[in-house]
Amino acid sequence: MNGEQVIRINHLSKTFGKNVVLRDIDFSVSTGDVTCIIGASGSGKSTLLRCLNLLETPTTGEILYHGENIADVNTNAAAYRAKVGMVFQTFNLFNNMTVLENCMVGQTKVLKKKKEEAKESALAFLKKVGMAPYINAKPRQLSGGQKQRVAIARALAMEPELLLFDEPTSALDPQMVGEVLDVMKELAQDGLTMIIVTHEMAFARDVSTHVVYMADGIIEEEGDPQQIFSNPQNPKTKEFLSRFMKG
Amino acid sequence: MPKDFLGRIVYILQNNGASYLTGARNTMVIAVVSTLIGCIIGFAVGIIQTIPVRKNDNIIKRIVLRIVRFILSAYVEIFRGTPMMAQAMFIYFGSAAVFGINMSMWFAAFFIVSINTGAYMAETVRGGILSIDPGQTEGAKAIGMTHVQTMLYVILPQALRNVMPQIGNNLIINIKDTCVLSTIGIVELFYATRSIAGALYTYFESFSIAMVIYFVLTFACSRLLRYWEDKMDGSDSYDLATTDTLAHTSGLYNYPDKKEEEE
Repeated sequence: MNGEQVIRINHLSKTFGKNVVLRDIDFSVSTGDVTCIIGASGSGKSTLLRCLNLLETPTTGEILYHGENIADVNTNAAAYRAKVGMVFQTFNLFNNMTVLENCMVGQTKVLKKKKEEAKESALAFLKKVGMAPYINAKPRQLSGGQKQRVAIARALAMEPELLLFDEPTSALDPQMVGEVLDVMKELAQDGLTMIIVTHEMAFARDVSTHVVYMADGIIEEEGDPQQIFSNPQNPKTKEFLSRFMKG
Repeated sequence: MPKDFLGRIVYILQNNGASYLTGARNTMVIAVVSTLIGCIIGFAVGIIQTIPVRKNDNIIKRIVLRIVRFILSAYVEIFRGTPMMAQAMFIYFGSAAVFGINMSMWFAAFFIVSINTGAYMAETVRGGILSIDPGQTEGAKAIGMTHVQTMLYVILPQALRNVMPQIGNNLIINIKDTCVLSTIGIVELFYATRSIAGALYTYFESFSIAMVIYFVLTFACSRLLRYWEDKMDGSDSYDLATTDTLAHTSGLYNYPDKKEEEE
């Protein structure tokens, strides 16, 4: 916490046609922060995250990455994305490659690393997520939880400065959710800067350093997890969390 | 000349076997080479047709792309929409008569079949590229790949696998359709057969042999391509390692209870 500011969003809005998905979003993330974005489905969480990785182009506003506005037209999106990783709800592993190749291709083709070097680091990250025994498997041969762990290893292999998680456990059964959350918890302890869109409230409460609650395209409340989960100020936050708090 | 059917077939084969072989060889050479060139054309056109245009791309790129795409669509529509036999006459004899271009018969043959295959393959490849889950593109973009890298390493290998059956289809169609090239004088299987049939006045027997040869050629190609497809898919089995320490093999995940601070 309180490290150097990595990302700062100013007045970010996004509209799809007449549909306003994000309204005037402001927030920032510093080195070492683990920020969880929570909120109902359709509240704009994923769109915000996709804007951060330029998979969606913001309609207005700026995204400052170390002070440089990357929402600008002239940004080299590919070079930026090489430094900011993303893990998807649907894993999006490359179906034509093995687990190992999935983790190597970015290193060799984007970072231009040597093959041996890439393999070594891919293996290290696969070991970290517990997928080292599966290096020769194709994605279609893996379970959802395993795919997601490989996807995390693939993102880590790029040694990103910031890693974005877009509902990484939403497509998994409760058993697999655990294995993925364990990995993410470990990453948080290692001090990786992460922004996580999630519906796993317990995870958000226990692991994050900062929680953002979104509803209808605006940030309704943000603060440290203690405060949001035990003493939410905004009535909307209270209502959203009421089911979880009782449980 | 023997009187019975089988006897005549043997007679024809003994006397004209070499013509059949030459015809079959020419047919196969034209079909295989043209299918290959056609695939290359098809991939090139399909790739250009699927280049994404963003609103904030620079204006010159957008204009050039639009013009190129218009030309390519015109090419696809014209060659798909007219008979290959007419094209053969038009290109081979027409170019000589009007422009004085004296292209060789063989060049014309390869050109006509390739460019036809290309027109069909262009749409096939476009479909193959569009059929790949957009998530694959996003996954590739998310690790910093450019559009070219994404296509090269992620999308095209998968698209190629998906259009393999259609490539096989085109090869088989080409093996059969080379017979239209007899109109410009290429001695392929059909031309050879017609000559033999005409010379010996044995249409039924001669074409029986030709049909069998055509069928053997197409069937062999279709099996060969299927075998190749299976090989591309790789083995289905894999070793289920039991050392996956992170998988919770029994029970659900227990959230480690942080003090009971929520009431």
